[in-house]
Amino acid sequence: MSEKKLLLGNAAIARGLYEAGCRFVSSYPGTPSTEITQFASEYKEIYAEWAPNEKVGAEAALGASIGGARAFCGMKHVGLNVAADPVFSAGYVGVNGGFVIAVADDSGMHSSQDEQDSRHYAAAAKIPMLEPSDSSECLSFTKKAFELSERFDTPFLIRSSTRISHSLGAAELGEREETELKEYKKDAAKYVMMPANARERRAAVEKRLAEIAEWAESCEFNRVEYSESENKTEEKIGIISSGIAYQYAREAFGDNCSYLKLGLVYPLPTELILDFAKNVDRVIVIEELDDIIESWCKKIGVKTDGKNLLSNTGEYSQEILREKILGIKPENIELGEDIAIPGRPPVLCPGCSHRGMFHVLKKLKLFVSGDIGCYTLGAAAPLSAMDTTLCMGASISGMHGFNVVRGAESAKKSVAAIGDSTFMHSGITGLIDITYNKGVSKILILDNGTTGMTGHQHHPGTGYTLKGEAAPIVSIEGICRAAGIKEENIKVFDPCDLTQTEKILKEELAKDEACVMIARRPCVLLKTTKTDKKYKIKQEGCTGCRLCMSAGCPAIKFENKKASVEESLCTGCGLCGQLCRLNLIEEI
Amino acid sequence: MNTKVTNMMMVGVGGQGSLLASRILGGVALKLNYDVKASEVHGMSQRGGSVVTYLKYGEKVYSPVICRGEADFILAFEQLEALRWLPYLKKNGVIIMSTHKVNPAPVITGAMEYPKDISKTIENTGIRLIEADAFSLAVQAGTDKAANVVIIGILAKLMKDEIDKDIYIDVLREQINPRFFDANLAAFNSGYNFI
Repeated sequence: MSEKKLLLGNAAIARGLYEAGCRFVSSYPGTPSTEITQFASEYKEIYAEWAPNEKVGAEAALGASIGGARAFCGMKHVGLNVAADPVFSAGYVGVNGGFVIAVADDSGMHSSQDEQDSRHYAAAAKIPMLEPSDSSECLSFTKKAFELSERFDTPFLIRSSTRISHSLGAAELGEREETELKEYKKDAAKYVMMPANARERRAAVEKRLAEIAEWAESCEFNRVEYSESENKTEEKIGIISSGIAYQYAREAFGDNCSYLKLGLVYPLPTELILDFAKNVDRVIVIEELDDIIESWCKKIGVKTDGKNLLSNTGEYSQEILREKILGIKPENIELGEDIAIPGRPPVLCPGCSHRGMFHVLKKLKLFVSGDIGCYTLGAAAPLSAMDTTLCMGASISGMHGFNVVRGAESAKKSVAAIGDSTFMHSGITGLIDITYNKGVSKILILDNGTTGMTGHQHHPGTGYTLKGEAAPIVSIEGICRAAGIKEENIKVFDPCDLTQTEKILKEELAKDEACVMIARRPCVLLKTTKTDKKYKIKQEGCTGCRLCMSAGCPAIKFENKKASVEESLCTGCGLCGQLCRLNLIEEI
Repeated sequence: MNTKVTNMMMVGVGGQGSLLASRILGGVALKLNYDVKASEVHGMSQRGGSVVTYLKYGEKVYSPVICRGEADFILAFEQLEALRWLPYLKKNGVIIMSTHKVNPAPVITGAMEYPKDISKTIENTGIRLIEADAFSLAVQAGTDKAANVVIIGILAKLMKDEIDKDIYIDVLREQINPRFFDANLAAFNSGYNFI
């Protein structure tokens, strides 16, 4: 008997992997995709690992596919940029065991540095893409994608988004279909992508795409729902939509409209859309981000509304659709304009190991080339100690370019700040760029012993695998030495010790050579981190100078012109005690 | 067919347990054979930011999010967040608010003041507000982590004609680590008996 369960979209994708008999998963964490791989690792039948980055994960998964297993790699939209190289070529070599890649877009940029529409990748790499619209489809689409991958000899992309990946919904659970490891047959013409072979495969890709396009006209993933409502609008409106946008449309327009719900978003059908358009008076395409379906409609001669009414940035909602398309505004409580509501942006946690570091960086007025992780919050007030943040790993390579053009003195007033997991992901090549090209930039590795922002995943430096098994520790110091950083230019310290941190920073910055400073203190949220101490501020004598608040700890509050510690939030790092000039802060 | 969908929002500060609250209430709705959707917040916003979780159930639920003027209930684990999300409540909706306060960054840096008399501001809009010192009630029940469960207890009382109390308790038993179940049950009951 099948069981219905409430699953997160990402858990449903993982369940789909399990049920499809997937044997191999290799991914790098990235919100909103991370939990797919975490949930997959809970099935003992699936080998699941954290790769150092998405490119490695995709290559490992393709290797597993060529080796005969059903294989998977999951990533966020910007992760697909990193993995794009192998993914494009994977489209050429095709598969042996089914190969599925999930990519989770983040419209609205809840936890990302940019907003991308990954459907462009499907078209650019000529790889078919499915787009589920709820947890139930996350499971069933993922499961079927493997079968289709093998049938058409192509990787399949699954596109999710924050509201799909991180929404709970009911899904029907099935049994696992165990798959045999397929035989590996040497086939250089298919698997060795050198020009002569690639030219042949190029033609094969086009032939395959034509077959899939024909299949798209009648495949089960695309569905027409004609309105049966009696009070339907006089003008028959037909909505073409996919993914989460379809759900917003259904909620906004109910049964009064007809829908063409596309589950296969690349390649798009022609006849199906033409036929649907013929049966309605007005077509509206509702798709978050870019106008991909709309452009296709225009190309095949279907007149539509779409981005003339709706934005190509941010998330949609039923409210936005009602307002932009029907002109209906929400009926809601209005708070008077005189009520000022302070925003609540994310902040470094109380006891965060990065707080002390950024306090010192600010004090020394350094140019800070930043990177992607919790520590990007060091850019926010009151620390405001970051000048640039681009993408994973760019802190180090960007610092190098900055200092080469600005000269050796610049390297004494600047530092690249990168987390431990980000360093493993793509910081190492930047480090090599500096040492190989005789650069003198200073690198600060913020080693909190975990991949923090995405929710504490292991990485090659933590000593544990995704499944929690003990693993060899890839040493950051060892990598630095191997890259050519001199032993005396590698310093390790606790960034919560402000005096020592400042001293080491000043000494290293004065050098005319490349240096690596490793600020090592475990993330305060890790279960293994002790937080049993509490501090308090002696109220007698507090002058209200707010110096203790200059590092922006959320556990310090200011009432009646005096600072005090909110005991429920204090984790006992003791940083504030080092900031108070009157020594009023002590351990309880 | 009853097309009514019940919309609930859980609002608070990252780390206050709104995810667990939505999973408990989602579990309750699923036990009643409703279609359920909930939208959660993961990633950067969880680091002390404003966090909102949506939970919707009914015969058929499409969108997982709730927009302005759509929520039947708002469960607020922090006062300022209650005020921030108030426009999402239906005009005949109910807001249950923990009196707990957490200063946001602009207040910590001194750039802005924490709004005064939030409960009065909310009541002035004509909305039904239920205030509780959920944090203290949870501490009395034996765990400072269960303020969210106290608030769920209050909601359960409000909805007692629609949903049996024991269903919540069954879900708590399924979802809460057995070591903490007794304290959470006590927290739930203290909320249930609060009004």
